[in-house]
Amino acid sequence: MRNVMEIEHLSTYFYTREGAVKAVNDISFRIREGETVCIVGESGSGKSVTALSVMGLIEEPAGKIVEGQIHFDGKQLLNLSKQELRTIRGNDIAMIFQEPMSSLNPVIPIGKQIMEPLKTHQGLNKKEAKRRAIELIELVGISRPEQIAESYPHQLSGGMLQRVMIAMAISCEPKLLIADEPTTALDVTIQAQILDMLDRIKQKANMSMLLITHDLGVVAEIADYVIVMYSGKIVEEGEVVELFDNPKHPYTQGLLRSKPIIGDRQDELYSIPGQVPNPLDLKESCYFHDRCEHCLPICKTKLPQLKGMEGRQRVACWLYEEGTHHD
Amino acid sequence: MTEALLEVNHLKTYFPITSGLFNRTVGHVKAVDDISITLKEGEAFGLVGESGSGKSTVGKTIVRLADKTSGEVKFKGIDLHQLSEKELRKLRPKLQLIFQDPYSSLNPRVRVGDAIGEALINHGLATKAEARELVLEVMDACGLSTYHYDRFPHEFSGGQRQRIGIARALVLNPDLIIADEPVSALDVSIQAQIINLFRKLQVSRGLTYLFISHDLSVVEHLCTRIGVMYLGTMMETASRDELFRNPLHPYTKALLSAVPVPIPKKKRKDQKERIVLSGDIPNPANPPSGCKFHTRCPFATDICREQLPVFRHAGGDHYIACHLA
Repeated sequence: MRNVMEIEHLSTYFYTREGAVKAVNDISFRIREGETVCIVGESGSGKSVTALSVMGLIEEPAGKIVEGQIHFDGKQLLNLSKQELRTIRGNDIAMIFQEPMSSLNPVIPIGKQIMEPLKTHQGLNKKEAKRRAIELIELVGISRPEQIAESYPHQLSGGMLQRVMIAMAISCEPKLLIADEPTTALDVTIQAQILDMLDRIKQKANMSMLLITHDLGVVAEIADYVIVMYSGKIVEEGEVVELFDNPKHPYTQGLLRSKPIIGDRQDELYSIPGQVPNPLDLKESCYFHDRCEHCLPICKTKLPQLKGMEGRQRVACWLYEEGTHHD
Repeated sequence: MTEALLEVNHLKTYFPITSGLFNRTVGHVKAVDDISITLKEGEAFGLVGESGSGKSTVGKTIVRLADKTSGEVKFKGIDLHQLSEKELRKLRPKLQLIFQDPYSSLNPRVRVGDAIGEALINHGLATKAEARELVLEVMDACGLSTYHYDRFPHEFSGGQRQRIGIARALVLNPDLIIADEPVSALDVSIQAQIINLFRKLQVSRGLTYLFISHDLSVVEHLCTRIGVMYLGTMMETASRDELFRNPLHPYTKALLSAVPVPIPKKKRKDQKERIVLSGDIPNPANPPSGCKFHTRCPFATDICREQLPVFRHAGGDHYIACHLA
């Protein structure tokens, strides 16, 4: 299968008074055509910054992509001018965020806002754009599309607004849709509807998707390929079934075990001790070592690199390194 | 039989909708519409529902942070809404609240230890020296260290702040704790730590919990009895095992099947029939007639559209409000 996007050695730092925060620290991955890749991680893992870096939305000088390459459709995104990037953004790569309300203009009707990218990127005239906008509203499962096109954002519920955002994002038939926690602010019954719809649209349009989430349940629901991030690093990745069946990294194992599951009650939930390290104070070591049950001497002094396992699974952990001592 | 610690009978909380020049009341949001809950001593009751279901308003009305419209709230046999401010204040240490975002209830310039002990001194329950002792003891029980006493709120992570919130409630030695989404803002690995802490404290201190959450999997791990709310109305209550094994109300069923399970979809063989509800939760200012759930219920019939179902006994400790089940 062809790769839609290849990310090589991407590093994004933020500069604070106390020092540089390596929000994304030398990560590489690819997204295949028609594939849904999920990046999962807790707050501060760098998952959202990865998405923003891809979209060229890191605001300088506070943050900066210090290294790496992003290949998309034969182009090197980081070498493009702002103008060139703008023609790709919204057209070939689209993005939806957690809070739809903050990405919509409160004083412009929904329909008009959906028409905007159609006119800018696809060169449709007003009449065509309007017709297409109504089609799109219908496609994302909103009844009475004509009426909704005339409404303002505050008149719609959170679930409806997120549908509108999706309609807008897919309006130009992007090759890649990036969704950052698209269902986190929604109720479970609405989340189920949105995930179902995203999956359906993706299949139909043969679109690729990069989905950022903290919820392993959502990952299981929609992912083909999973990337687990911790403190700016990829600690494990693999196809969804491989990874859930046979998680290798102690952090992935811990995450899966600590999630309460309906119908599988435990007297005491497994919990990973401690908390994520201070991003300003990362030492040359495995960043997870002080929370890890299997910590070896080498884990405290050297950062493990990602290493291929069976299938597409890769893990960055000294436990799987040949020549490291197990007990 | 243990006695009821908290009895909520036919509680209604309506918020007026005002409009026009003279703020005339033009209608009501029926946030809580005839809810009854009984909590026995040492029990953990989970109240679940989606946003707008009124679950938080129930919690607030119980402790009188919101005024009831009708009904009664009895704590140890005393009707809380009949008490004077002064009498209520005396009782407050015994029923404590824990919120979703502890950071917003902490003064950034007060040291954490002092913040935890503040209420003890205000209520005249301890002298300064005694308070310090008690605070340190409670901090230890909540997994905070002695050196945390003199730190400021911003120095703590989200999970630790929630521990502070719990310690703050606990130091007063309450009988009832009402926790409103206490783990919703936390990461999974931290969430598990806090759930375990709640559990541990319940056993060691014989606490009674009213746990308000939108997350069924969290509630299942903490509560022995569960109530499901929708648009201000209780749809179903049952013991935990009964509710998860044998949910009767179509809304409960839908809610249960909508929770994503961390087993890859591609692998699930026995694709349990998933009920994906269509549409959104209706506007609580203008709820549907009859059964409030009928607009989204896949099984709704004429009677559901016309008649409000009675909250009735359905065997064992199972109660539901549905015409069909």
